Amino acid sequence: MRPRALLLGAVAWIVTLVLVFPLLWLALTSFKTELQAISVPPLLFFTPTLEIFAEVQTRSDYLHYARNSLVTSVASTLLGLAIAAPAAYSMAFFRTRRTRDLLVWMLSTKMMPAVGALVPVYVLAQTAGLLDSLTALIVVFTLSNLPIMVWMLYSGFKDIPPEILEAARMDGARVWGEFRHVIRPLAMGTLASTGLLCLVLSWNEAFWSLNLSAARAGTLAALIASYSSPEGLFWAKLSAASLMAIAPIVVFGWFSQKQLVQGLTFGAVK
Amino acid sequence: MKLRALLLLLAGLTAAPASAVDLVIATVNNGHMIEMQKLTKHFEQANPGITVKWVTLEEGVLRQRVTTDISTKGGQFDIMTIGMYETPIWAKKGWLLEIKPDAAYDIDDLLPAMRSGLSYEGKLYAAPFYGESSMLMYRKDLADKVGVTVPERPTWPQIRDLAAKIHDPAAGVYGICLRGKPGWGDNMAFLSTLVNTFGGQWFDMSWKPQLESKAWKDAITFYVDLLQRYGPPGSSANSFNEILALYNEGKCGMWIDATIAASFISDPKQSKVADKVAFAQAPTMVTPRGANWLWAWALAIPVGSQKVEEAQRFVRWATSKEYIALVGRTNGWGTIPTGTRKTTYENPDFLKAARFAAAEKLAIDTANPNESTLPKSPYTGVQFAAIPEFQAIGIAVGQQMSAALAGKVTVAEALKASQIAADREMRKARYYK
Amino acid sequence: MNRLVPRLLLAPAVTTLLLWMIVPLAMTLYFSAIRYNLMQPGEREFIGLANFEFFVTDPDFWPSVTNTLVLLGAVVAATVVLGVGLALLVNEPFPGRGLVRVLLISPFFVMPTVNALMWKHMMMNPIYGVLAWVARTLGVTPVDWLSDHPLSSIIVMVSWQWLPFATLIFMTSLQSLDRDQVEAAGMDGANAPQRFWFLTVPHLARPIAVVVMIEMIFLLSVFAEIFTTTGGGPGNASTNMAFLIFKQALMNFDVGVASAGALFAVVLANVAAVFLIRMIGKNLD
Repeated sequence: MRPRALLLGAVAWIVTLVLVFPLLWLALTSFKTELQAISVPPLLFFTPTLEIFAEVQTRSDYLHYARNSLVTSVASTLLGLAIAAPAAYSMAFFRTRRTRDLLVWMLSTKMMPAVGALVPVYVLAQTAGLLDSLTALIVVFTLSNLPIMVWMLYSGFKDIPPEILEAARMDGARVWGEFRHVIRPLAMGTLASTGLLCLVLSWNEAFWSLNLSAARAGTLAALIASYSSPEGLFWAKLSAASLMAIAPIVVFGWFSQKQLVQGLTFGAVK
Repeated sequence: MKLRALLLLLAGLTAAPASAVDLVIATVNNGHMIEMQKLTKHFEQANPGITVKWVTLEEGVLRQRVTTDISTKGGQFDIMTIGMYETPIWAKKGWLLEIKPDAAYDIDDLLPAMRSGLSYEGKLYAAPFYGESSMLMYRKDLADKVGVTVPERPTWPQIRDLAAKIHDPAAGVYGICLRGKPGWGDNMAFLSTLVNTFGGQWFDMSWKPQLESKAWKDAITFYVDLLQRYGPPGSSANSFNEILALYNEGKCGMWIDATIAASFISDPKQSKVADKVAFAQAPTMVTPRGANWLWAWALAIPVGSQKVEEAQRFVRWATSKEYIALVGRTNGWGTIPTGTRKTTYENPDFLKAARFAAAEKLAIDTANPNESTLPKSPYTGVQFAAIPEFQAIGIAVGQQMSAALAGKVTVAEALKASQIAADREMRKARYYK
Repeated sequence: MNRLVPRLLLAPAVTTLLLWMIVPLAMTLYFSAIRYNLMQPGEREFIGLANFEFFVTDPDFWPSVTNTLVLLGAVVAATVVLGVGLALLVNEPFPGRGLVRVLLISPFFVMPTVNALMWKHMMMNPIYGVLAWVARTLGVTPVDWLSDHPLSSIIVMVSWQWLPFATLIFMTSLQSLDRDQVEAAGMDGANAPQRFWFLTVPHLARPIAVVVMIEMIFLLSVFAEIFTTTGGGPGNASTNMAFLIFKQALMNFDVGVASAGALFAVVLANVAAVFLIRMIGKNLD
């Protein structure tokens, strides 16, 4: 099977590089000067420089924004998982006639474009004194991502063959035991990928982050926004700022990719 | 005796320095503002107890953010960076505090056009941080090669001729680059001035939109024809930054845009053609009125800020002569914020560092938002109409103009659709039935 | 198991979402029936359906509906088809698979605004973009993507951003595909396309349904890409409903009309959802 694996690997690598090319180009551009960034034809070979990163660092407080992004993303993901997992569990293993309707209703809470709900939510936040606070952002992120989390977890839980569950129940496991010892290991892949995706969704969330925050609660989305489209050349700086904004997530994704694709091992059934 | 001493000591101890005041300022992410951010430590050192916190955003997003906040009385910002468009509207609504300068500020030093553009009923409601007009920036080397001398105030037919002569796509040079991206501050800023100089206006005295008038037809037809023949491909998505990139790469023979572009294209660190550019006034057609626009980014203090005194101090500092001198000393006189004060243009260091200074000052002095059209108009503003409805109208019309430029619709169709859009908005806002 | 436990498990999710939905929805309903412009505070009269009428009579209304649906359909099709393909490609081990998997997911990490700017300037610009350079090297005139094919350009940008999402879900799901069953079928004489069609695809039916439904929700309100690149133009070629609402909400600050528009968007989303449920809903069970 080895030659086939190598051929498959080669194809996979080529396809991946083509697909990811824009991102690689972005990374490359962060090491150029502004003038090099716009040159025609596009520069592949040039003397790299770190001056743009230095400029980004001195100009904006990266750590402040990164910290806010980290706090809001992690908190909203954990909170979301805590609320969504039981719900998905219930819907996957205690199905009723209403289950599908409930799923669709949950998704429908996201049907209103954020821009239409801006003023109501802004006024609500202001009344509650939560403008420019991390709390407001965490609440908004959690509730925005909750439907997605429920759906993905539901789908992942459904992938677990019922035989395993029955075997556990016949062994006398109760709900919590069932969840901890049987479901969780098997559903680790789904939990991890759901968590990662929601982490990313919160990390990149720009609309509410920008509108509900001012000087204190700004996330990396606000940092990026401060580099977008000013007057003057900015591609290199924007690339550098974006790289600095994506880097934590990519690193995290790299380390958690074992959990991501850990799935069911069918040895358990047999 | 001892008791008194003790009491005095106690009094001295309890009169501790006031706790720090945080000023939150919302601003655009343009180069001059970034500079202001970097130099704020000077202000903080001179005013212990005040720290300044920054929220920097791109122009469109900033405008949305501060408007949402100020109109819902959110109270998130102590100082807002706003433009000449918002200032008269918000001042009229009573949303802004009057700027209170002291004698050292020398308010009479402000350029008259700037001062009046940011005032309402004679009172200043926003202090200009930097100002701009529009002018022609062309490649002297290319003009010389075809034997053309550009006068100080060219006409549009002359510009068209020159564009035809220097247009050479095979060599990577396009005759003229102009804005085309839809937006009331993007393509419409330029097109408004074009319509003005062709003798048109946005609204007549009964506030009816005039988008199907002869002046509009002539102006837009001229624009579409000029850019389609002698402009770069992709013009309908180009605004300031895109053209700046092209110009700095040497691809544009001419460019009519904000005077602030001049400092970028003359900077050898960013521009390949820094030493080859020359400047002239914006071209005219049937009237010089409204041919070049007027804009300022200014600092304003919303009613409802809790830190008014400190905010006034910061606003005074950031728009003072001393600040300008500080930037000049720190970064070079070619990078100071211009377009606000008369003394800037008398400063020999600045004049030496900036070849565009004279053209820029002339452009600003000749722009008058109160008399920007040939027929009488009910609105103020050169490249906009200072009414709240203008943003939505501007973007709708901008989209149509961009489509006409891209060849998706004819000029007549675009103007018709624009007229309908403008009419709808004006009716909804009850300007007329 | 009694019925209480499942209900309790569901309760937090349902309650919080209910509140999150009800309060803004109620306020939006209220705003849509009054005259409320942020720039004109103090005038809040009830005007019934006038906001709705204004929104619907916009000449851009029907084109925006079409554009919204076209965008939705195209991106869903592209991401599902290519997503399945990619997931299959990386399903078997090969050297560097871990790195490839992380790389494939990475476009999803980029903020939509950065994504849009990147495509607009680095890739699609007809003069200094990379695609233009490729075209010129091949001797072809570069395509002016954003002016000539605005909606298609947006579709490309959004698909590129969402493909990793689909790929990730399919990758995860493929892991739970019974390998023994597949091998057994192979030994029984089923060839690769047959194995794919009769075993893999049904297994992926539910994840595909999940991906379609989730993408539908996000794609119906695509906004950042349009705002940053084409501004809805040229004309209304790339205006979708979210952008139309944005024009009213944040250009005109007319909360009344924006709220009416938001309700229309909800209606449109419901219509699309009903349609999709009919097509793929049974796969969710």
